[in-house]
Amino acid sequence: MATKPISLENFLKFREFFYRKTGIQFEDSKRYFVDKRLIERIEATDSGNFRNYFITLRFETTGEELQLLTNLMTVNETYFFREEYQFKSLVNSILPEITAHKKDNRPLRIWSMPSSSGEEAYSIAMYLLEYWPGINQWDVEIISSDIDTSILAKARLGKFSDRSIQNLPKNLLNKYFRHNGDDYQICDDLRNSVEFTRVNLMKPTEVRGYREFDVIFCRNLLIYFDDLSRRQAADTFFDGLNPGGFLCLGHSESMSRISSLYQVRKLADSVVYQKSREAR
Amino acid sequence: MKRILIVDDAATMRMYYRSILEGAGYQVDEAVNGIEAMEKSLQEPFDLYIVDVNMPKQDGYSFMSELRGRDLFQAPALMVSTEAAASDRTRAYAAGANLYLVKPIKPDELLTNCRLLLGEVHP
Amino acid sequence: MAFIKQHITETVEQCERKQGRDCFSLELQLSDPSPSSRRWAARDLAECPNASAALVEQLQREEDRSVREIILTTLTHLGDEEAVAGLVNCLRSEDASLRNEAIEAMKLLPDEVAPIMGQLLKDADPDVRIFAVNVLESLRHKQVEEWLNEVIEHDAHVNVCATAVDLLGEVGTSYSWEALEKLKARFPDEPYIRFATDLALKRISAS
Repeated sequence: MATKPISLENFLKFREFFYRKTGIQFEDSKRYFVDKRLIERIEATDSGNFRNYFITLRFETTGEELQLLTNLMTVNETYFFREEYQFKSLVNSILPEITAHKKDNRPLRIWSMPSSSGEEAYSIAMYLLEYWPGINQWDVEIISSDIDTSILAKARLGKFSDRSIQNLPKNLLNKYFRHNGDDYQICDDLRNSVEFTRVNLMKPTEVRGYREFDVIFCRNLLIYFDDLSRRQAADTFFDGLNPGGFLCLGHSESMSRISSLYQVRKLADSVVYQKSREAR
Repeated sequence: MKRILIVDDAATMRMYYRSILEGAGYQVDEAVNGIEAMEKSLQEPFDLYIVDVNMPKQDGYSFMSELRGRDLFQAPALMVSTEAAASDRTRAYAAGANLYLVKPIKPDELLTNCRLLLGEVHP
Repeated sequence: MAFIKQHITETVEQCERKQGRDCFSLELQLSDPSPSSRRWAARDLAECPNASAALVEQLQREEDRSVREIILTTLTHLGDEEAVAGLVNCLRSEDASLRNEAIEAMKLLPDEVAPIMGQLLKDADPDVRIFAVNVLESLRHKQVEEWLNEVIEHDAHVNVCATAVDLLGEVGTSYSWEALEKLKARFPDEPYIRFATDLALKRISAS
């Protein structure tokens, strides 16, 4: 039996709930998209109607269905220069501020998490080489971590599809990649610029070594976590950062649903979160 | 058009304020707590803030203090709470609120005080 | 200058041995002068099943918000009776942020909070009753609507009812219809109650 369409009242009720839980607010124009996915899940869970499904969503102790629905509502794929405005922020605002306050000559440390197949970490390396004059004065360590060892192996290999590289300017593609059959092979200099490590963010013993970072990128990951894990991740990053260090989240993510540990900063190109310079 | 930010975790409460304020011709935006309010203010400052005291992640007092700590945000703020004790009132003013109202708030009471704080009428 | 790799991130085991992180010394470290050490102790105590009492004790006197946040995360993980009792205590605190932090932690503990919910909703202090309703907001528990009905039918305090009806706009079903009508009749001169009940009723009839 086909599921009845979602009524306006139910759409509004769902929108409010989803906004409170995730911070994602759907415009009226997204109604078709939202309704379609709701109906998909109502059918997949055999809920029969919106009401039963909404009860599952709100009261299911594990929060699994909410996670699943969130995954459906947010399309996640990784590619070079994804959400590029944050890399702009990195070179135009964040690194200049960090280096201005830095009291020693030790390397700057950047953590990219989750690594996935490495596009983000390599994008950061490329961005620094191309657009940050400071690279001539400072040593930089880029560490990129993931829980999945097979994806890390892929990242280390540095072979990418044409979908991954579609946003890259032609000149950078030619400069840093070799076209090889269907793939694009990233050059050895970049491959050697990033350290890929396996870590489970939820295990205090595993993350304890990850500290003294100046910048952490954690984009489009927390959105897939439940409330408690999200908090725990924000807590972990807090101790992973140097005082004054920055945390960059994905464009649809906000610390406002997660933690009050950080200060919100509006930079020229993006909104980011900072550990207070006075934090101890 | 004057822009007002409602900072309250209760969805129905935000809708209630919104319906009153929009009816009076103000432009309204919403935030569920102090952190989101700060994010929105940083995008574009508001002319008036209506701030609830009890909210998750960042309560109204902490938000007020943080707001006042940033030079950009000296717009008037109206704090609302369920607590009528004098000590709560004092804390709100100390944090930087311009006015403290105890819930429940009637539409007239809200509008009169908003107009007052926005300098549109004089006491 | 260039990109470098130092491999200093994978030294966990060594540093762990050095510090002897058994449960007892972790509890002692909760009062270390350095907030960072206190945070790490609070974080690692998640592995210690009997740590709630020490964490609750530190929570009451801890002034650094960052440490408090991690203590609360760990208490939520532990989620035993002692942890819940400590959180309930925080609801009576003068400190608005501690109160709200406790509410948030309690929202994540439906099975542990449920047995005391009835009692909290009858607390003599209306503020505590409001906070209890706040906990219900995200409490994933099947009794939520029933508790809310109980509040809007019987609680004498308008703000407690207002908080409850706000939530019924989201979770209310036809089961709440009568209680909502009664609430409107109990507070005929409160525009907010009228607004919120009408909204809840409209949503129930449309669903």
